[in-house]
Amino acid sequence: MTIRVPIVENILNANDHLAVENNSRLESAGVYSINIMASPGAGKTSLIEQTLPRLKDKLRVAVVDGDIATSIDADRAANAGAQAAIQINTGGDCHLDAVMLRGALEQLDLTQFDLLIVENVGNLVCPASFKLGTHKSILIASIPEGDDKPYKYPGMYRGVDALVINKIDLLPYVPFKMDYFERGVEVLNPGVVTFPLSAKTGEGMDAWTNWLVEQVKSKR
Amino acid sequence: MHELVVTQSILDISLRHAQKAGAEKITGINLVIGEFASIVDDSVQFYWELYAQGTIAQNAQLHFERIAGEMTCTNCKLSFHPKDTDFACPDCKSEFVQITKGDEFRVESIDVE
Repeated sequence: MTIRVPIVENILNANDHLAVENNSRLESAGVYSINIMASPGAGKTSLIEQTLPRLKDKLRVAVVDGDIATSIDADRAANAGAQAAIQINTGGDCHLDAVMLRGALEQLDLTQFDLLIVENVGNLVCPASFKLGTHKSILIASIPEGDDKPYKYPGMYRGVDALVINKIDLLPYVPFKMDYFERGVEVLNPGVVTFPLSAKTGEGMDAWTNWLVEQVKSKR
Repeated sequence: MHELVVTQSILDISLRHAQKAGAEKITGINLVIGEFASIVDDSVQFYWELYAQGTIAQNAQLHFERIAGEMTCTNCKLSFHPKDTDFACPDCKSEFVQITKGDEFRVESIDVE
């Protein structure tokens, strides 16, 4: 005889639980943390490289870099002034998950840091589904990607707490309708705080880093 | 791309609840997946056949109930299926709309013997 057993459990429940554990670990060490997500080439590592020198003498920063392979990004973060930089190679996985971040947290003496920056694997789909336990999720959009990305990747745009629009120095050269882009963002994530900037020229960087410092301070 | 992890989670959840219910065999797994949840049914089915081997769920049928995405206009309250390239309300053209369906991603129930 067949019996139906009701369950109603979110499929990624196990990951969500671990994310909560990661968050309590960061909380109890007094570390504020952000998860930076974007497509490959949007400028995640460049933004981190330009952010670190601006936080010097203000915050002690650790960076965790997720990539399918290589330690290029962690090396760049270390060279840019991160007090610690840990590379996670996912070996083919398209996103970081809470287990991977837990492994990285175990390698850090969290009491030595004010801010943890997690750089996710370059991907506009999967990272949105896997909570890590960081305090805030940040998405970097970049001008050459095109203005239709909120419409094509709604899951990513919906779940974030702040949006960086990188490479604004390319606006004169690329057909990017900012109002069309912003309309899509507004539907998916009403009122999300937005930082238009260029990690290359430095334009807009101060607003972003000041916000970050404020976030960390308000957490203390 | 992460169907492997998803399949493993579906199996873990199903086996845990089957054990609690004292089941000998899982014959069906009922999943509810919204349009905005990014998984491919065929890939999950493919991994299932590998992963569930040797467990009490190895012959279980996976049933996918797909929920269509829905947005609701906060101005005129119309619920509609959004177009790919435009989220505005098709009736009153308002851009103040909210996503009201399509995020579902859960194991609803299992059928056991």
